Amino acid sequence: MFEPDGSIRPCYAEVQNWVERTGIAGLNRRMDEAEAIFRRIGITFAVYGEGGDPERLIPFDLLPRIFMAQEWRVLDKGIRQRARALNAFLHDVYHRGEIVKAGIMPADIIYQNSAYLAEMADFTPPGKVYSHIVGIDIVRTGPARFEVLEDNCRTPSGVSYMLENREIMTRMFPELFAQGVVAPVDDYPAELLKSLKEVAPPACRGDPVVVVLTPGSLNSAYYEHSFLADLMGVELVEPADLFVDDDRVWMKTTLGPKAVDVIYRRIDDEYIDPLVFRADSLLGVPGIFNVYRNGGVTLASAPGSGIADDKAVYIYVPDMIRFYLGEQPILDNIQTWQCGKPDECAYVLENLHELVAKEVHGSGGYGMLIGPKSTRDEIAAYADRIRANPGEFIAQPTLDLSTVPTLGPAAVVGRHADFRPYCLVGKQLRLVPGGLTRVALTEGSLVVNSSQGGGVKDTWVLQD
Amino acid sequence: MLSRTAENLFWMARYMERAEATARLLTMGQRMAILPGAHHREEWRSVVRATGALNHFPEGAPVTESDAIAFLMLDIDNPSSIRSCLLKARANAKSARTMLTQDMWEALNEGWRKLDSYDVAEARQQLPALIDWVKTRVMTFRGAAHSGQLRNEGHDFLRAGSALERAQMTLRLLDVKYYVLLPETEVVGGNRDHYQWTSVLYALSGARAFHHVYGGTYTPWQITDFLMLNRLFPRSVAYCYDQLAYRLNRLAGWHDARSACHDTVRQMVADLEQLDSGEIFRAGLHETVQNGLMNTNRLGVEIAQAYHFG
Repeated sequence: MFEPDGSIRPCYAEVQNWVERTGIAGLNRRMDEAEAIFRRIGITFAVYGEGGDPERLIPFDLLPRIFMAQEWRVLDKGIRQRARALNAFLHDVYHRGEIVKAGIMPADIIYQNSAYLAEMADFTPPGKVYSHIVGIDIVRTGPARFEVLEDNCRTPSGVSYMLENREIMTRMFPELFAQGVVAPVDDYPAELLKSLKEVAPPACRGDPVVVVLTPGSLNSAYYEHSFLADLMGVELVEPADLFVDDDRVWMKTTLGPKAVDVIYRRIDDEYIDPLVFRADSLLGVPGIFNVYRNGGVTLASAPGSGIADDKAVYIYVPDMIRFYLGEQPILDNIQTWQCGKPDECAYVLENLHELVAKEVHGSGGYGMLIGPKSTRDEIAAYADRIRANPGEFIAQPTLDLSTVPTLGPAAVVGRHADFRPYCLVGKQLRLVPGGLTRVALTEGSLVVNSSQGGGVKDTWVLQD
Repeated sequence: MLSRTAENLFWMARYMERAEATARLLTMGQRMAILPGAHHREEWRSVVRATGALNHFPEGAPVTESDAIAFLMLDIDNPSSIRSCLLKARANAKSARTMLTQDMWEALNEGWRKLDSYDVAEARQQLPALIDWVKTRVMTFRGAAHSGQLRNEGHDFLRAGSALERAQMTLRLLDVKYYVLLPETEVVGGNRDHYQWTSVLYALSGARAFHHVYGGTYTPWQITDFLMLNRLFPRSVAYCYDQLAYRLNRLAGWHDARSACHDTVRQMVADLEQLDSGEIFRAGLHETVQNGLMNTNRLGVEIAQAYHFG
């Protein structure tokens, strides 16, 4: 919020005025109001295996995170570039593997990877699109510098918070939006539907029938599944609502079976078809993968897209951009050491106390070690785990992340945050100006995951 | 629409209707329990039986107010308890979330775990306030559905579920209270007085409405006529059958297909039209009511078959 010299950043001036007008105590009272609205609407989040409230709220911070128009122009280009490169990479690894042949990526990182699905080889999904919604986690590391923490090519969640956070803010503080300088994000569901219809399968006749496939109402992201289905005006189906017959996928309706063209599925690859993947999956639709390969239905994202957001593959994304697009990367990666490489592993083990170490296949902020916050014993134990299985770990510097203004009990405080925009890929790329800002609510904490005590806030992109 | 969604809407409406009916039965129980001679009549046992839970309390031992409140309001293992009904209505709504308006969902979601924290003593102490709370929740939900929901087949499934549950509630109440209404010469137990009769009307929120239709006097014929045959009173069996027929016909129109449930409901409406209260008493009130319960159960099964419920 502040420049290095202590003056207020111009884009935050209006928010600063608003904070002063309302007062910290007043804002905290409004915060309770916001929470009551969230709970009544039912925007909650389930954490598995933790007991307590089965439908808890993600804490919401009232102070928006703001991007200036010129900052967004750079981010917009960089995000689209990355989404194109990741899809080009997916097409390549499931066909000729040029990037391996060219010696840019080692074969084993791809073909020995559990996220690589051999069943996808030589198959081209409609429009050559694998990842239809690319969520890219970005941190600001300097005044005009943004770097990518990780990519999410399967089914990145959280976009409902982007929309609901804005909804709550406009409902509670209409005066902040009166000048019309904040770019709207509410066309996201319409853009998503357009993107999904653009990748209809060859068997589709007429206007494509799109559905959202959810594991069910006990899933932690169920609210988001129903929210998106609702705003797109499409059916929200559970696996038991679908069946395969005559090379098509059908949903069971009160009128009898109805053919489905595009499935935005929020179920992991391994559960989607018990005939091809996990035979014990109760979530799957038997035979659906075969229909998919024969052009009877489109799955979004494509099975096997996870290979592109694997943490071991992530390191090569800047190379992918150069290789497939012939462009220079607009957004850099965070510096990353691969423990699978002996010299880098030695560096990591020596400097573990000041690094962040992660499991390659981990997600959600679990199984990571934050060196400066850990005890000597914790570090030693983690080092043993790395030595036992070095290929399973990477490490990154503890970032000098910029902080964003966040409402504390007595004052506005700085807290670390990251940012996830959602790039839509159909026949064309679409990106609404905004995304999800996640914020670590504990002072000094770098972990923003909602499962680990992170919160969310509205994200504003200012228009010129 | 998805068959599962139709089923969710149908049952969501049934559970909400049942929650309200159980709440009103508790009010009736309290009202009757303070009348002279109440403990001979086992009022709380008949209240429990009116919810359809036949054999929960062993014969012989008295059923106390605390027993009834624990069982009918708080017991999570009793599928007809208010707490169970509200939880199940919400679970059904959650699965059919996209078919609900925001207001309908909020009405179901608000305070959905409120009853978790009550014990019997507390619930008993605050019974009138809790019953008001339940009724307000149900009425808010119903109002949101009536004023905001699209009139598509989803709404018809919801209203059909609601009408079926309501018909069964009135029938069950008549079933456990039929002896109160028997004419003088056939009285069982000899406890008829107008408090007994009016308690049945109160349980269906029909006491005032009854006056508007029949004036100030009560007779068993009039009360039976009102609850079984009156086409204006929205909790009467006839009204609920009409509503069921209307909703099922609309569904037949949406789907351009009729099935067994459509024939059954037409027959139910036609049979009831042939009756007047005199004939009901000649044929036997008890038998007429039993027949109605059988028909509505059968209709529920046939609706599930026609629309491929799981």
